[in-house]
Amino acid sequence: MEIKWYIDLAVALFSIGVIGVLTRRNAIIIFMCIELMLNAVNLLLVAFSKMHAAAEVGSISPSVVSDGQLFVFFIMVVAAAEVSVGLAIIVMMYRNTHSTDVNFLNRLKH
Amino acid sequence: MNNILQLVWLIPLLPLVGFLINGLGRKHLSKALSGFIGSAVIFLSFAMSVWVFIQVKDGNTHVAHYFDFINITALKIGFDLQVDPLSSLFLLIITGVGFLIHVYSTAYMHDEEPQNFAKYFSFLNLFVFSMLLLVLGANYVIMFIGWEGVGLCSYLLIGFWFTNNKFNAAARKAFVMNRIGDLGFLLAIFWLVNKLGTVDFHNVFASVGNLSTFDITGITLLLFVGATGKSAQIPLYTWLPDAMAGPTPVSALIHAATMVTAGIYMIARSNILYTMAPVSQTVVAITGLSTAILAATIALKQNDIKKVLAYSTVSQLGYMFLGLGVGAYTGAVFHVMTHAFFKALLFLGAGSVIHAMSGEQDMRNMGGLKKHMKITHLTFLLGCLAIAGMPPFAGFFSKDEILGAAFAKNPVYYGIGVAGAMMTAFYMFRLYAMTFLGKFRGTADQEHHVHESPKAITIPLLILALLAVAGGWVGIPEVFLSGGHRLGEFLNPVFAQSDAITIKPEMVHTTEYMLMLISVALALVALIYAWSRFSKYQKTAEPSTGLGNVLENKWYVDELYEAIIIKPVRAIANFFNEVVEKKGIDGFVNGIGKAVNYGSRQVRLLQNGQVGLYVLMMVLGILILFIVQLFL
Repeated sequence: MEIKWYIDLAVALFSIGVIGVLTRRNAIIIFMCIELMLNAVNLLLVAFSKMHAAAEVGSISPSVVSDGQLFVFFIMVVAAAEVSVGLAIIVMMYRNTHSTDVNFLNRLKH
Repeated sequence: MNNILQLVWLIPLLPLVGFLINGLGRKHLSKALSGFIGSAVIFLSFAMSVWVFIQVKDGNTHVAHYFDFINITALKIGFDLQVDPLSSLFLLIITGVGFLIHVYSTAYMHDEEPQNFAKYFSFLNLFVFSMLLLVLGANYVIMFIGWEGVGLCSYLLIGFWFTNNKFNAAARKAFVMNRIGDLGFLLAIFWLVNKLGTVDFHNVFASVGNLSTFDITGITLLLFVGATGKSAQIPLYTWLPDAMAGPTPVSALIHAATMVTAGIYMIARSNILYTMAPVSQTVVAITGLSTAILAATIALKQNDIKKVLAYSTVSQLGYMFLGLGVGAYTGAVFHVMTHAFFKALLFLGAGSVIHAMSGEQDMRNMGGLKKHMKITHLTFLLGCLAIAGMPPFAGFFSKDEILGAAFAKNPVYYGIGVAGAMMTAFYMFRLYAMTFLGKFRGTADQEHHVHESPKAITIPLLILALLAVAGGWVGIPEVFLSGGHRLGEFLNPVFAQSDAITIKPEMVHTTEYMLMLISVALALVALIYAWSRFSKYQKTAEPSTGLGNVLENKWYVDELYEAIIIKPVRAIANFFNEVVEKKGIDGFVNGIGKAVNYGSRQVRLLQNGQVGLYVLMMVLGILILFIVQLFL
């Protein structure tokens, strides 16, 4: 299948994630959208690595075929760590204010 | 010989030191001390000038180089002082007459507070310093430094009583008109540098053959413009009568004996340039002659004692320029010397009279002072006789030398000159008679107060009277005594270059005697007429009419300048102030401020504390970076 479709899908997922981060009020939904952005990037990385592997059969060293997929592992690890920390913060926030509204944090003015 | 080079820098330095001491210490010095310091430094300079005079009597010229004032590859101008017969003569005049005036001032200004008294003497000393620099300079640039300095001191001293706004206006007028002349001087210097690459007198006068006639004429005309400003000739003379707003000793020193003679010194110094540019010489002669006549006519009808003397100064300066213009350089310098003596005498005498009359300056309110002020009267009479050109007083010899040379050039010059001499005799003796003869016309209060002035005033008067009587005897013309023109011999080296080129027409002795006789006789007639008419002067309330009115109003020249020059310049200045300055430049600068203010107000709204907005900004920023890197 053409690489173009993968790129389109990844871009669509990414932009949905961005818009979600900017517009949603619920903190958990925002986290979901962040995950969506990360996963869109993962998809793109895997697609490109497969594209490069398919294009250069036999003439490149074996490791480069899976370089993109290796990077995906790293991203997933980071995403998992970040989610755990973030959710902990959201739980503390809920305990103190009994809401998950992000606009509560608009205090940087004073 | 070398001794002079070691010490000639002291001559201008001493007055400068006096200026600093009196100027910086004016709040701490007593009047006696500041007066003493001010006068003593001038006396020391005078003593040194006498010594210098003795050294240069054999016609030696010395140039002392002190340091490089301007030193770039294309142009070298050193801080050089030149001592030769011409400059040593002027040194004697400046320091000698200057010293007498300093002594006089200690008594004349004794009513001032100690601070102002010291300030006065510091200005006087600064003036003498600048004037000495002017005559000692060995190149046009050093001369110009002194030139500017005397203009500045003239401003400071005319406006000495600065609380009076009219005096300040007079001081400004003097300074601005001087400045206009200075522009001419500067342009001449630039022209010289352009064509010859040097401004040293020695080099310029040696390489004068390399200049085209157009160059020389242009340079000399521009130098003359400078001289008209400094020496009050047409059209830049109107500042001098107004300058009488200053204290009388200032008028005596600056506007009679020294500063106004700077123009003549400059032209006498540049005599070779003028000899090679006959066009300029004619311009100088005609301007001098017209100024002499114009000022004499105005003086006929003035009622303020100082104004008569001021116009007399302008007129006599006109005679000096006439002398320069017809090639009688020695005669012009001779007249500078004798004029310094009798004009300073007349001004100081007038000051003595004003002092005795408790500040009255209008001659119509004076009269009969002869019996109250014997010494002042005697010295003033001698001064009047000298200026009227009566033999054997000083003015006769110098004026006749000029008139004789004028006749040789063009008899019309002589004719008009003699008419001017007649008017001189007339207005001077009108002044004398109205002031000293007849009945006292002032108030009873003033009559009580009239007394002879103290010694510090009368002794300088006596010394100057002596000089006014005998000063002419150094220049007895050939017709009377062969070899009697000592001054001419003394100044011969300075004018030798010019004399070698000009052909002096030999005048038969009979012609010379006739010329002298005619001028003296006519002046005597005018003198006697004025004496008899004004010794019986009575105040009349009727205003002057016709020509008398025009003369009394100085031919309305000031009003003419006001209408033609000053009003348009003020209008332009106003335009620049209101439109260009306030709306344009201020508007622009303030506008930038306002724009920054507005912009920052808008940008501040970005910091509203909403996290969502911050994240949006972040996204937008990344987007922009992304797009930018696509193009770079």
